[in-house]
This record gives sequence, C-alpha cells and structure tokens, in this order.
Amino acid sequence: MSTLAPTHGDAPTKNNARGDRGGWWIYILLVIGIILLVGPFIWMVLGSIKTTGELRQVPPTWLPENPTLNNYAELFDRLSFVRYFFNSAIVAIAVTAGNVIFCSMLGYALAKLTFPGKRILFAVVLGTLMVPAIVTFMPLFVLVANLNLVNTHAGLILPFLVGAFGVFLMRQFIGGIPDELLDAARVDGAGEHYIFWRIVMPLCGPAIATLTILTFLGSWNSFLWPLVVANTEDMYTLPVAIALFATGQQETNVALLMAGSVVVILPVLIIFIFLQRYFTQGIAMTGIK
Amino acid sequence: MTTPSGTVGADHSASTAGRSRTRETLVAWSFALPFLLLFGVFMAGPIAAALVTSFTDLRVTDIRNPLSVDFVGLANYLDVLGDARFQKAAANTTVFVLVGVPLTMALGLAAAVGVNQGVVRFRTIFRVGFYLPVVTSIVAIAVVWRLLLGSEAGLVNAILAGFGVDGPGWLSDERYALWSIIFMAAWRNLGFLMVIFLAGLQTIPGDLYEAAEVDGAGRWQRFQRITLPLMRPTLLFGAVITGIGYVQFFEEPFVMTEGGPLNSTLSLALYAYDQFSFGNYGYTASIAFILFIAIAMLTLIQFRLLRPAT
Repeated sequence: MSTLAPTHGDAPTKNNARGDRGGWWIYILLVIGIILLVGPFIWMVLGSIKTTGELRQVPPTWLPENPTLNNYAELFDRLSFVRYFFNSAIVAIAVTAGNVIFCSMLGYALAKLTFPGKRILFAVVLGTLMVPAIVTFMPLFVLVANLNLVNTHAGLILPFLVGAFGVFLMRQFIGGIPDELLDAARVDGAGEHYIFWRIVMPLCGPAIATLTILTFLGSWNSFLWPLVVANTEDMYTLPVAIALFATGQQETNVALLMAGSVVVILPVLIIFIFLQRYFTQGIAMTGIK
Repeated sequence: MTTPSGTVGADHSASTAGRSRTRETLVAWSFALPFLLLFGVFMAGPIAAALVTSFTDLRVTDIRNPLSVDFVGLANYLDVLGDARFQKAAANTTVFVLVGVPLTMALGLAAAVGVNQGVVRFRTIFRVGFYLPVVTSIVAIAVVWRLLLGSEAGLVNAILAGFGVDGPGWLSDERYALWSIIFMAAWRNLGFLMVIFLAGLQTIPGDLYEAAEVDGAGRWQRFQRITLPLMRPTLLFGAVITGIGYVQFFEEPFVMTEGGPLNSTLSLALYAYDQFSFGNYGYTASIAFILFIAIAMLTLIQFRLLRPAT
C-alpha cells in the first residue's frame, strides 16, 4: 500500500531541493505554461461580468469596462438555472453512491473471497474499460426508450450506476488490507457482510474519496447522454443547458454563456481545490503499480 | 481461510472445508450480484446488442420492436469501409492520435519535470493550475475557446495582430481546424499526464541524480539517461490511457466545429454519432465496432511494448 501515501506533498523533498539551484528559467517556463492554461478561465470569469456588446468588440477588452452581474441575475431569474443545477446534482449524487457501494462490494469479493469464476469475472469487467462509449450508446438508448425512461431522472442515472473503473480501484485498495484483520473478525464469529460494512469500508476512506470525486466529476461534466435523454427543459442538466443555449436561441448572448460556464465550473473547482490530494492520489493508485 | 490440514480428523476438516467453500462462494456472489445485475443490463447486454445490431438493418423506426429487423450480414461494414466520409474520419482520427498523443505526452512530461525540479514553493498552485482544464466541463471550455479562436473578435488573433500577424479563422478554415482541435486537446489533457508523471518521478531516488552529477553528467544527460529509462512504465501507461481516449475523440469537435468545416474535424466517434442521430442504428453499431477493434489493437501493441520493462 506504499503507493497510497500522499507521495507528492508540498514539503520540499531531497529531490526537489537539489533541482532548485539554477532553475530560474524553469520557473519562467512554468509560469508561461500556467498562464496559457489558466488564462482562458480568467478570461471567462472576466467575460461573465461584461456585456455581450463589449465581448463582441474588436479588438477585445481585457478588463470589463462596466462590470455587471446582470448575466448571473438573468441565469437564475429568467432561465431555470436552479432547476438545471438541481438535476445535475441529483444525477451526480445517485451515480456516485451507486458506484461507491456496488463497486466496493464486488471489489471486496474479488480481493478477499475465493469463488469459481473470479478471474474470468474480473477480466470481463476490466475488459469493458476498452469498449468505446459509442458502442453502448445506441443500444442503451433503445433500452431506455423501451423502459419508458426517456426524459426521467432514472433514465439519466441507471446506465451509469456501476463501472469497471470503480471495481478496479476498490479491488486494488481492499487487496492491501491485511488478511489477519479480517480473519480475527471471522474467528469472533462476524459474517462477511458485517466485516465488509464495519471493518473494510471504514478502512477504505482514501479509495472511496478518490472514487467519489472522480465519479461525481464525470457525471457532473457528462453531457452527451443527458443531451439525448433529457428532452424537456425541466430535465436539463447544466452542461446540456449550456450546450443547447450555445447552439440555440442564446447563441449570440456570449456573456450569458460565459456566466453559465462559470456556474458549471464553480462547484467542481471548489471540490477540486479542497480535495485535490485525492485526485492525484487516485491517479497514482491506479497508474503506478 | 485455509484450514490447516492436520493428521488427526483429516476427513472431518476436509468436509468442513468443502462446506465452507460452498458457503464462501454463495457469500461472494451475494456481494457481486447487485453490480452484476446492473452491469449485465446496462453494459454487457448493450455491448452484445450492438454487436448483433451491426449485422442488421435496424433503424430508429424499429425502436419499439428491435427484434423484428433483418440480418444483412457484413453489408454495414462493407458500406462503412467504402464510405468517403468514413475514410475522412479515419484519416482525421489517425492524425489526431499520432500527433496528439506525443504532443500531450511531451507537454505533460515537461510540466512534470519542471514542477518536480524547479518548484519548491507554490507547488500546489502549479498542480491545481495545470489540472484545472482536466476537471472542467467540455461545454464550458468550448464556450471560451470558440471566443478565443474566433477570427474577428478572438483574443488569439487580437494578440497576433499586435505583432502584425493576420491570424486565420482557426476553427472556420479547413486547413487549421484539426490542428486547433489537437492543440486544444493537448491543452486540456496535459495536466492529467503531468500528475501521473509527477507520481512516477517521485519514485526515482534522488541519489541517482547526485551520483550522475558527481560523474559530470549535465541536466539533459541526466534526463536522458536516468529519468527517461526509469519512467518507461509510467510513460507507457500514460500513452495507453491517452491513446484509448484519443482514438475515441469526440467531444472537442462535437462542441466546437460539429466535424466541419468540410469534414476536416470529423472523427470516427463523431461519425458514428452522426449516423445515430440520422437513425441508422445498424450502421452506427458497425462503425462503433470498427472503433472498438482499433482501440483493442492499439492497446495490444502498447502492452507488448510495456511488457519487457516490467
């Protein structure tokens, strides 16, 4: 489980201290890099408090000439952004809960129990990681249409309740929990379900955090499926609303689109800044093995 | 749960072990069941259905009774392979992968090495900054980038004009659109690779560099002789993940150009989606499976490359 330790904290390691000398040009390159990467976001935030007229000016302005919060007011007053926000949140929370619970359960069986078919099962589940999303897209749509779930929350949630990535992550992590701990509980007469919920899950904090963040994020940002399944405005998620406004009646209202984009990004940004350790940990967990 | 097989009462312990093995199997499947039900209905089932559909003439009009369609053999596959739009999409996807993967890898590695060696303070700021595009909805990114790359009021061309350069229509000119999309994808994904590579770099012991430095190896030599070889498994992991993602590239052209101008940014996945929205489901499925085969082959090749290093 050595890979689970936060391997890249902010404390300077020996490695970094050594590279520090004479590295001023590295700083300059990195600062240029970060300006290129973050610049568009800053421009987005500045744009969201400009008027559309100003955004269409040639040449473009950097700082807003007449800063205004009208764009945000319009999002929430005239358009139903509260509703879209709510839909996005419901779907993302349900999808995340499903993945955490069901993938952990299978992950436990794969890591700590022996049963016939285990290796094949794991190989099949893992193999679906290679299947492009477009393969299942059309059959899923036919299925959801025949279940009469088009334009429902269930139709948005059900197809994504479980995934191979979660199984892989949880199996890896649970595999690192010492068997002695589980055997001790078994000797005391604890059943496997008790052991799973009361001993294994509480020890899986970091892995669950990683899976939660990555799944939530994936669901929050997904837009192709909701674009096809959500037909009426009351079922739109945030990305769908923005994608449709960007090509529909609000196409020319660029400032409004900028404000909408800020609203989409903001929750993700807040989660990311506070929990970024788990993002990087999760990637290290799955990648460096 | 291995029962120690003692000499005394071996028969007894064997039968207990047998019974507990059956019990363990039942318990294990009870853990697997909820996942497997959902997985079967919403993943394995649809994959099988897509495979079958790719040999039929299923259309959107058959959606209520998909079982009543006719089998057409390999007709969909043959039609697809002979279709000029498919060939264009395949060519675009190939360029996207062959240019995009190395470009993103190089930028991600440069950022990782830079942050690892040069940055002691503000490390978090760099990591968050570089990773920000990765966690952002493509829809929001598209809103901004369409404005940045606009030919008239676009910020990029305004900056270029400051240097006296007359910038082209980055997304509206067929000569530049695919390259703009590749650049955007690299911009969006390099932070992900940076994080993977940073984790890999941390596993390289610092004394190796010190020893090399004592022996008179320069910065570039140290990178070439120590960093690159020791990072090999990590680099290949990054290549596999990025490759699988880029073969399916879809979102960028879907939100930025809708495959245009003149199909210059049409990708295989976007072409499959187009056929879906036209209602040609059998056709969609056959394109999707061609894409699947391409991904499987690419992954296989990359794993072959990965094996000797581990």
